[in-house]
Amino acid sequence: MAITEDAPPGADVRPAGQPPGRAGRRLSSPLVLTLVLLLAVLAQSPIRGLLGTPAMQSWMTVFVAVTVQALPFLVLGVLLSAGIAVFVPASFFARALPRRPALAVPVAGVAGAVLPGCECASVPVAGALVRRGVPPAAALAFLLSAPAINPVVLTATAVAFPGHPEMVLGRFLASLLVACAMGWLWQRLGRTDWLRPPAHGAHEGATRGEAFWGSVRHDIMHAGGFLVLGAMSAATLKAAVPAAWLGTAAGIPLVSVLALAVLAVVLSICSEADAFVAASLTQFSPTAKLVFLVVGPMIDLKLFAMQAGTFGRGFALRFAPATFALAVAGAVLTGAVLL
Amino acid sequence: MNRQAQAAVLFLLGAVLLHAGATDLALRYVKADLRPLLLLSGAVLIATALATAWYERRRGRRSGPREHAHPEPRVAWLLLLPLLALILIAPPALGSYSALRSGTALQKPYAYGPLPDGDPVPLSVVDYASRAAYGHGRSLHGRPVRVTGFLALDRSGAAYLVRMALNCCAADAQPVKIALTGKLPPVLRPDAWLEVTGRYTPRLTHDPVNDGPVPYLEVTSVRPVPVPSDPYDETWNN
Repeated sequence: MAITEDAPPGADVRPAGQPPGRAGRRLSSPLVLTLVLLLAVLAQSPIRGLLGTPAMQSWMTVFVAVTVQALPFLVLGVLLSAGIAVFVPASFFARALPRRPALAVPVAGVAGAVLPGCECASVPVAGALVRRGVPPAAALAFLLSAPAINPVVLTATAVAFPGHPEMVLGRFLASLLVACAMGWLWQRLGRTDWLRPPAHGAHEGATRGEAFWGSVRHDIMHAGGFLVLGAMSAATLKAAVPAAWLGTAAGIPLVSVLALAVLAVVLSICSEADAFVAASLTQFSPTAKLVFLVVGPMIDLKLFAMQAGTFGRGFALRFAPATFALAVAGAVLTGAVLL
Repeated sequence: MNRQAQAAVLFLLGAVLLHAGATDLALRYVKADLRPLLLLSGAVLIATALATAWYERRRGRRSGPREHAHPEPRVAWLLLLPLLALILIAPPALGSYSALRSGTALQKPYAYGPLPDGDPVPLSVVDYASRAAYGHGRSLHGRPVRVTGFLALDRSGAAYLVRMALNCCAADAQPVKIALTGKLPPVLRPDAWLEVTGRYTPRLTHDPVNDGPVPYLEVTSVRPVPVPSDPYDETWNN
């Protein structure tokens, strides 16, 4: 339900005729926040009683664990992406890219490596790139590759798969391959009127410091909210679905690949944390895990919502299925060669 | 959520991360190596909260309250959930419920290190289980051992001593189990932490979940112990 929150701004506009909100009329969010915190403290013991069953407790533990584990990575990525967004002029990207779009696509794809954020951070940056005149095909290759091939994510992958450097290499190559393929596909088939240019600058401020901290704040709140959503679904899966269930899917090669591809979409885990979840899916083949790692950063529920918000729903509805299909194919191909 | 409320949430989140990273609380959820990163990100969150509050005050002075150009993300309200979970409930480390739902993660070791000194020999659950299951207990030289873990009881009432092994966070924690036989206390409570002294016995059973090997331990004495500061076995990280 929270996914709909990120729908295009039109959904959030209050009905015509109603005067612009006056502070006195609306329930202000600091007030709501205070009430929620107070109520939670007052209702402590009934809440604890409700959550006392072993199943609920293990759900809570996994939920808190995924969140706590991913937050430092999220903060790191958001800091760096705010630094790049504020202190590196966008015109630099336009100058740095080759004139020919067919060449600009792979260059932008590789350039994704310099944005050490998760997919939540790359969507606004890609939107800004399109606005400042970068060819959409190149911006989209950047959008898809950045969350998967940047150093932070690759390091996390290496940490999650100790002794398996081929997993890191496979993730890098497959993600780059799929990102470039999607860029070229957009260049051939894409139409500009599918793209709705973003209406506003993502983070504007009077000074660079204000823009920087504004970007950090916005990204942590936004991406953090979706991270919590991902942690909740991951914990639900871990606590509710019997291990034997995934085990059955893991036994059949084709089903296991599709199962993990769908899982990556549904779980919506931040790309900086998904390697650890993939590593914990021990019953699955390395190729199926690679599919999970390649599909997750490119398309999942929260990304779909964010893309629809930034580029328009018509774009997201065409872009998402194509990305999913190409990502699965690219990962299986890479897995067959490398793993 | 407006910016003042966001500053408050960021501040609380940072404070909770600092608290968890500075105490053993974080060890219930993540590996020990992550603690410095937790402290660092907690500090950054607090700095962001202070910067937000400061710029918001300046903006208020400059132009008075105004409508923001675009709505602030409402999904951010979800950040209250982990905050409340950590402040109010602080869920315990994974216990017998999770241990019985997944199969034992015991792997054949490359080699057995020398036995530590002491009588009985202090061993980890993983160490005893791999020596007993894969080495037929030969590397134990018939010496009594002392193992610490928590208790899990399966449907038939059989008792297991378990330790969860962890790579990164509790989401990837997997149990390693030893089946207990011999002199057990009459009343067994699941999730109780026990220090078990006993001897190797060649009996071996298989985990019903994944058919992994679960060796037995012939118990001679049992002592309840408090939960260790790091409830997980992190030897696989090193």
